[in-house]
Amino acid sequence: MVTATLSDADLRQRAWEIAARVVDPEIPVLTIADLGVLREVAVRDGRVEVAITPTYSGCPAMDMIALEIDLALEREGFLHPKIRTVLSPAWTTDWISEDGRRKLREYGIAPPLAASSRRALFGVQQVACPQCGSANTELLSEFGSTSCKALWRCKSCREPFDYFKCH
Amino acid sequence: MTVANIQISETPLVLYLLRRADDALILGHRLSEWCGHAPMLEEDMALANMGLDLLGQARELYSYAAKIEANGNDEDKFAYLREVGQYRNLLLVEQPNGDFARTMVRQFFYAAFADLYWRAMMRSRDASLAAIAAKSEKESAYHLRHSSEWIVRLGDGTAESHARAQGAIDDLWAFTGEMFWLDDRERALVDAGIAIDAASLRAPWLKTITNVVSEATLTLPTNNWMQQGGRSGQHSEHLGHLLSELQSMQRTFPGATW
Ligand SMILES: [Zn+2]
Repeated sequence: MVTATLSDADLRQRAWEIAARVVDPEIPVLTIADLGVLREVAVRDGRVEVAITPTYSGCPAMDMIALEIDLALEREGFLHPKIRTVLSPAWTTDWISEDGRRKLREYGIAPPLAASSRRALFGVQQVACPQCGSANTELLSEFGSTSCKALWRCKSCREPFDYFKCH
Repeated sequence: MTVANIQISETPLVLYLLRRADDALILGHRLSEWCGHAPMLEEDMALANMGLDLLGQARELYSYAAKIEANGNDEDKFAYLREVGQYRNLLLVEQPNGDFARTMVRQFFYAAFADLYWRAMMRSRDASLAAIAAKSEKESAYHLRHSSEWIVRLGDGTAESHARAQGAIDDLWAFTGEMFWLDDRERALVDAGIAIDAASLRAPWLKTITNVVSEATLTLPTNNWMQQGGRSGQHSEHLGHLLSELQSMQRTFPGATW
C-alpha cells in the first residue's frame, strides 16, 4: 500500500492523476482524460478502482488502455488496482475535451464536429483541414486507418488527413 | 482430441442476447473474410472496420449474456465452443460473401434493420442493453450509409454491376423476413419493456430499402415467401464451414491464449 498516512481522498486524487496520464495507444497525443474515457476513480480499503468507458464497441485499444492503467498504478505503489468497464451512459465524441480537440488538430487529425447528433452523422459536413485550416475539403473514404476515423483530403493544400468521426 | 461444446441455460434473456450477438459475430466474420481481397484499399479498410464494429457489439452482448447466465461461460466460450446447432443467428448473415455486390446487398439489408433496431433498443428498460444499443446505433448508421451508397452506385452503374446487384437482391430477399420474426419468449421480453417488437420495424425498414433500391434503378422481388430457422439453430450448410474456420484454433489447441 502507498502510505497509511494519506487519506482516501488524497489517494484518490493521486490515483486519478496517474490514470489520467495514460494515453490512447492509437492517438498517443491524447490522454484517456482528454478523451473522456476515464470516468471514475475510487478508493475502497486502500485499493484503487478505476472505471473506464469504451469508445467504440470494437475498439481494440480498450484492453491496452486497461493494462496501461494497471501498470501505471502498480508502478506508483497502488497494488492490484481494479479496472472495470462501464457501458452506461455510452461514450460520445462530445466528451473529448477542448484541450483534446486542440491536441488532435495539432497532431494532424481533424477533431469531431460538436454535438454527436444524427444531423452530424448525416448532415452536410464542413470538416476543416487540420494542416491549413481550409474548409475546402472532401471525403475520400468513410473508414480510415481505424474505425473511428474517416479519410479526407484538403483541396487547398492537397494534403490527405484523418477526421475523427462523430459518435 | 475433441473439445466438448458448452451447455447453456437458455433463459429468454440469454437466448435473446445470444441471437443478437451471433448475428453480429457471424456477419462480422463474413466481412473480415474480405480483408486483403476487396476491390480497392478504401473498401478493404471499410469492410474490416465494419467487421470490427460488429465483433465489438458481439463481445458486449456475449459478455452480458455470460453475466446473466452465471453458468461459467464467457464471450470466448460462446464464440468458440458451440456447435452449429447452438448458434442462433439469422440465416441472412451466414450467407456467403459471393461477389462484392452480394456482400453489399446483404450488408444493406442487415444495416437498414440494425439501424432501426438499435435506435429503438436505446429505450430498453434493461440499462445494459440500452447502453449497448446507444453505441451500436451510431455504428449501424455508418454501415447503412456506406452500403446504401454502394447499392446506388452498383445498381445505377454498368449493366454488369446492375445485373449482379439485382441477382443478389433476388437471392437474398427470402432471408430478410427472419429479422422481423419473434417467438413467445421474445414476446414476453417485449411485454416487459426489455426488448422491442421487431415486427414493428418491418414497415420503416421496407421504406428505407424501397427508397434506396429505386434510386439504384433496381427492383424488389414480389415473392414474399420467407425462409427462417436460424433463430432456433436450423442453419444452412454455410454456417458449419464458417465455424470450422472461426473455431479451428480453439478446437485444435483447447484453451490456447495469445
Ligand atoms: Zn489544407
